[in-house]
Amino acid sequence: MAAAPLLEIDDLRLAYATERGTVRAVDGVGLTLRRNEAVVILGESGCGKSSLAKALLRTLPRNAYAPEGRVRLDGAEVLGLPEERFRRQVRWVRIALVMQAAMNALNPVVRVGEQVAEPLRIHRGCSRRQAAARAAEAFAEVGIPGDFLQRYPHELSGGMRQRAVLAMALVTEPDIVVLDEPTSALDVLTQAAIMNVLKRIKRDRGVSFVLITHDVATSSEIADRVALMYAGQVVEEASAEAFFTAPAHPYSQMLMASVPRLHQPEPPQPIPGRPPSLLEPPAGCRFAERCPQRFDRCSEPPPALPLGERHRVRCWLHATGGGRP
Amino acid sequence: MSPWREGIARLRRYPSAVAGLAIIAALIATAVYTVIAIPYPQAQELWRGGERWQELPVNAGPVWADRLLGGDAPRTLTASSAAAETVEEAAYDGVRLNRTVLAVDYPYTEFPSEVTLFLEADFEQRRPFVRMRWRTPDGEVIPLGARRVGEQGRVSISQDRGLESRLGRAPQVGLFAEPGPAGTEERPEARPGRYELILETVHFERTSQLAAELVVYGQVHGLLGTDHERRDLAVALLWGTPVALAFGLLAAVGTTVTTLVIAAAGVWYGGWVDALIQRLTEINMILPLLPILVMVGTLYSTSIWLMLGVVVVLGIFSAGIKMYRAMLLPLREAGYIEAARAYGASNPRIILRYMVPRILPVLLPTFVTLIPTYVFLEASLAVLGLGDPVLPTWGKVLHDAQAQSALYHGHYYWVLEPAALLMLTGLGFAMLGFALDRVFNPRLRSV
Amino acid sequence: MSPRPAQAAAPGEPLLAARDLQTHFELRRWGFLRTGSVRAVDGVDLTLDAGEAAAVVGESGCGKSSLARTLLGLHRPTGGEARFEGQPLARLRGAALKAYRARVGYVQQDPYGALPPFMDVRRALEEPLIVHGVAPRAERERRIEAALEEVGLAPAGEVWGKYPHQLSGGQQQRVVIARALILRPRMILADEPVSMLDASVRVEILELLRRIQREHRLALLYITHDLSTVRHYTDRVLVMYGGRIVEQAPVEALLERPQHPYAEALLAALADPDPANARRERPVPGGEPPSLAAPPPGCRFHPRCPYAMAGTCDVYDPPALGVGEGHTAACWLRA
Ligand SMILES: Nc1ncnc2c1ncn2[C@@H]1O[C@H](COP(=O)(O)OP(=O)(O)OP(=O)(O)O)[C@@H](O)[C@H]1O
Ligand SMILES: Nc1ncnc2c1ncn2[C@@H]1O[C@H](COP(=O)(O)OP(=O)(O)OP(=O)(O)O)[C@@H](O)[C@H]1O
Ligand code: SF4
Ligand SMILES: [Mg+2]
Ligand SMILES: [Mg+2]
Repeated sequence: MAAAPLLEIDDLRLAYATERGTVRAVDGVGLTLRRNEAVVILGESGCGKSSLAKALLRTLPRNAYAPEGRVRLDGAEVLGLPEERFRRQVRWVRIALVMQAAMNALNPVVRVGEQVAEPLRIHRGCSRRQAAARAAEAFAEVGIPGDFLQRYPHELSGGMRQRAVLAMALVTEPDIVVLDEPTSALDVLTQAAIMNVLKRIKRDRGVSFVLITHDVATSSEIADRVALMYAGQVVEEASAEAFFTAPAHPYSQMLMASVPRLHQPEPPQPIPGRPPSLLEPPAGCRFAERCPQRFDRCSEPPPALPLGERHRVRCWLHATGGGRP
Repeated sequence: MSPWREGIARLRRYPSAVAGLAIIAALIATAVYTVIAIPYPQAQELWRGGERWQELPVNAGPVWADRLLGGDAPRTLTASSAAAETVEEAAYDGVRLNRTVLAVDYPYTEFPSEVTLFLEADFEQRRPFVRMRWRTPDGEVIPLGARRVGEQGRVSISQDRGLESRLGRAPQVGLFAEPGPAGTEERPEARPGRYELILETVHFERTSQLAAELVVYGQVHGLLGTDHERRDLAVALLWGTPVALAFGLLAAVGTTVTTLVIAAAGVWYGGWVDALIQRLTEINMILPLLPILVMVGTLYSTSIWLMLGVVVVLGIFSAGIKMYRAMLLPLREAGYIEAARAYGASNPRIILRYMVPRILPVLLPTFVTLIPTYVFLEASLAVLGLGDPVLPTWGKVLHDAQAQSALYHGHYYWVLEPAALLMLTGLGFAMLGFALDRVFNPRLRSV
Repeated sequence: MSPRPAQAAAPGEPLLAARDLQTHFELRRWGFLRTGSVRAVDGVDLTLDAGEAAAVVGESGCGKSSLARTLLGLHRPTGGEARFEGQPLARLRGAALKAYRARVGYVQQDPYGALPPFMDVRRALEEPLIVHGVAPRAERERRIEAALEEVGLAPAGEVWGKYPHQLSGGQQQRVVIARALILRPRMILADEPVSMLDASVRVEILELLRRIQREHRLALLYITHDLSTVRHYTDRVLVMYGGRIVEQAPVEALLERPQHPYAEALLAALADPDPANARRERPVPGGEPPSLAAPPPGCRFHPRCPYAMAGTCDVYDPPALGVGEGHTAACWLRA
């Protein structure tokens, strides 16, 4: 392998304590990300995408257990870092997070310009003046007119608010920006505009992205790589090329067939059934219940099986000699 | 599971809620018991006072408190002629001489608070004549005088001035003291033993009868003690429970429900309806409740039900309206209400079935903590002398205690008992209310 | 469930017909000072036949929801006219209005918000029946059961006693659809019924709506901002921009040969999944959607239109011009 990965996630686990038991929202996720690469975490609601982001940045709710596994940033383990050092050296500084619905979580009584400058003052120790200048640059970068700095969140449209939180994540010049469903609440034109901004930033700034979405079409707008999650696990991790043209996992295939398309005469096929509960996930392959290609071996949990360079599939069909007889 | 049942299931995990519920359950049980055991007319009757209490000591503390403090204060002892033997000693020409001995076994070293002999004669024309003598356990006999007995007679032995000067000290002391010269001991002690009151009655008619009862009043009485009119405080404190709960509950329900419905109507109709409600609220908010109640009580009537009515009426357009309005305002845009309009639900239905139920869970804690504030209000009114004229309540006990300078005279129980009940009520509802707040108010709930 | 027999509407007359329909919201300061108005629906012409499914497509704030609410009778139109089965909506009052409401079902965007959180499924579905005096209770329960079965929530006993928060987003939306159907309407207005749902269940819900619409020969007005979800589920598409319908066309024609520059832009902003998407930017019309309080003169799209012709587009309002079989576009390019 040529470039050493910028971010390497290995066997990451995150569980929540709830009244009804332990919810294993992230259950052994592995992932690699190189510099200036964009990986899309794709998966349906409740499969653990946001939990993965939270575990990565340790912005955990109170009922979460400490995440387990390994997260290496430029080869250095960061998951075990004490909170204080993590906060000073990693969060916002190296990895920034745009949380799900962050555009609705802006402080309604503070001007957006000040809110965007805030991470700089906290994490980079900039003066008020420096921070304001940088914030203005970040605004220009995400395509917000400069005079919007002085406005309050409610004076901005949804698309503009989303750009503002994006600017907030970019001001500290992190290596990696994690975006949790940045476009799901927006209409298609605004979605396209935001995706254009992301593409431009990726090209001009060399930033790496981890983009979380449940929308296949959106994911193809930026992905170099795709990690498809199902019930707390990554079931397929592949290059965008491989994933969109020749998906290997039965779930990936069915997901592609379920996407409504503009120019396709045959109707999309929904995937029958529901994902399993994360309280008591099935012992074997988690997709087995809905999988039309299920066979005997699927009652055992499949490992992430390699299938070419940086392509892994959690499915027994791809085990050497283990496939369907 | 419905959100309500879920909430209640979750409530069980809060010890404070369980304790609060236990207190409330105990209060309710007491109230129910009281209403059944002492029906309302009887309670009024009892509290009016009078003869029925004549055998109870004045301002006696509760027995258990005295015993707890290691005291040995005497309880009330009685001896009745019905239980004693009456011997006919002589008879001549229809005139009879009877002798009755009323004996009390006095076990205490402290003196009784009073000694009284109640007499009741049954005759046609000529009143019987009775001579009274006191015999101490040492055999000493002290004459207590003689008198004719009417239909009802009462001999306040402890009030007898002549006897007092003969004994050199208060009769209830002198009659029970260790033998010896009066006034020499630092702190005189009573001599335990059998005391006898010897009654020699002369009947002038063949059929005339005399019933007598000696009451040696103690210094303590019962579970809760007595007041200055010898009334057993248990009556007032027991009856205070249903009155307090009913007043608190009715006032809280009355104000909360009407306020809520009015606030919801204002939010839903908007426009001038809302404006009118807002202005009325603002006017009402500057009207002071207590002075108005005092005025109504002084000029009109202090009936507790009238007070309740005034409290509810003044409570309708209270600050609560502003709070509920803020909570209800977002509901106007709620999807399910728009849907209800789209399928044709009427305005009253939307207000009562869709808006009000939505915020009830959030209001429940406030509602529960509101109950004791009304209980306290009722008590405060009574302390101010605006208590219900006929009903015994905790507030009126406090009022009497204050009027009689109970604390100055050392009758702490008189103040502490109603105060403790008020505090218990407040505590029970507050503990439940705070727990409910955690359960139903998502902002406070930590997962 | 058996569909109601069609009534009133004369043969050949559409079930729903709007002509120059307007809904303006007055902007007031301090509750009384008029400071202008928002022309959320500003001259909409549309027709919808019984048994026809049409999509209304447009970006956020273009007035789609306001149009739906006006057609539902939740807003009074401030101008123009809408007729349902030949009767003008604006004149419906009292019992007639209530009867109309039973004939139009409403499916909202946010399924969780659309269900009272304190009512279980049975109760939520019973409400419209109670409101419309359906009795006795056994009859209501029969209809609830039938409606739940219809939307694929069989056996009914399983969801019957559940509360909205105990259902998944897809199930909630099915309950909302069941509620819209329970009064046996002739028309369903679905305002972005899938945009809050997870991509994986969108198709299921759209299929369900389409199936029900076909089986009962209902008219369906499906409001969306996403053109990729109109094929297979509707017959006709109306493109809405700045409070107006700018293009109407059969669904295939619109997707393959859009005639209005705005429809073209909407299509260009979308793409089917393809790894190549990541390597090119999507063309997005610049600028902001027009202010509905002060719409631009002439064609409302002209400030963002790449083909705008000075002197024409910024002065004269283009009328709806026929460009094909059942296909109109309000654009001077088609004149
Ligand atoms: N704080 C929490 N406590 C308990 N369970 C949680 C918590 N947060 C998330 N979960 C559960 O963990 C699982 C994964 O949730 P997560 O938010 O990571 O999913 P997601 O893929 O981001 O879904 P969505 O697309 O809806 O945002 C879900 O089953 C969810 O119910
Ligand atoms: N009741 C109202 N009072 C005043 N203005 C309103 C009202 N309802 C809607 N508007 C305004 O009318 C315009 C159109 O809103 P509408 O909700 O119809 O748009 P939409 O196309 O449904 O948008 P979205 O995709 O965001 O739902 C907006 O500018 C909105 O602010
Ligand atoms: S009328 Fe002119 S401005 Fe409007 S869409 Fe057509 S070309 Fe563009
Ligand atoms: Mg999420
Ligand atoms: Mg809308």
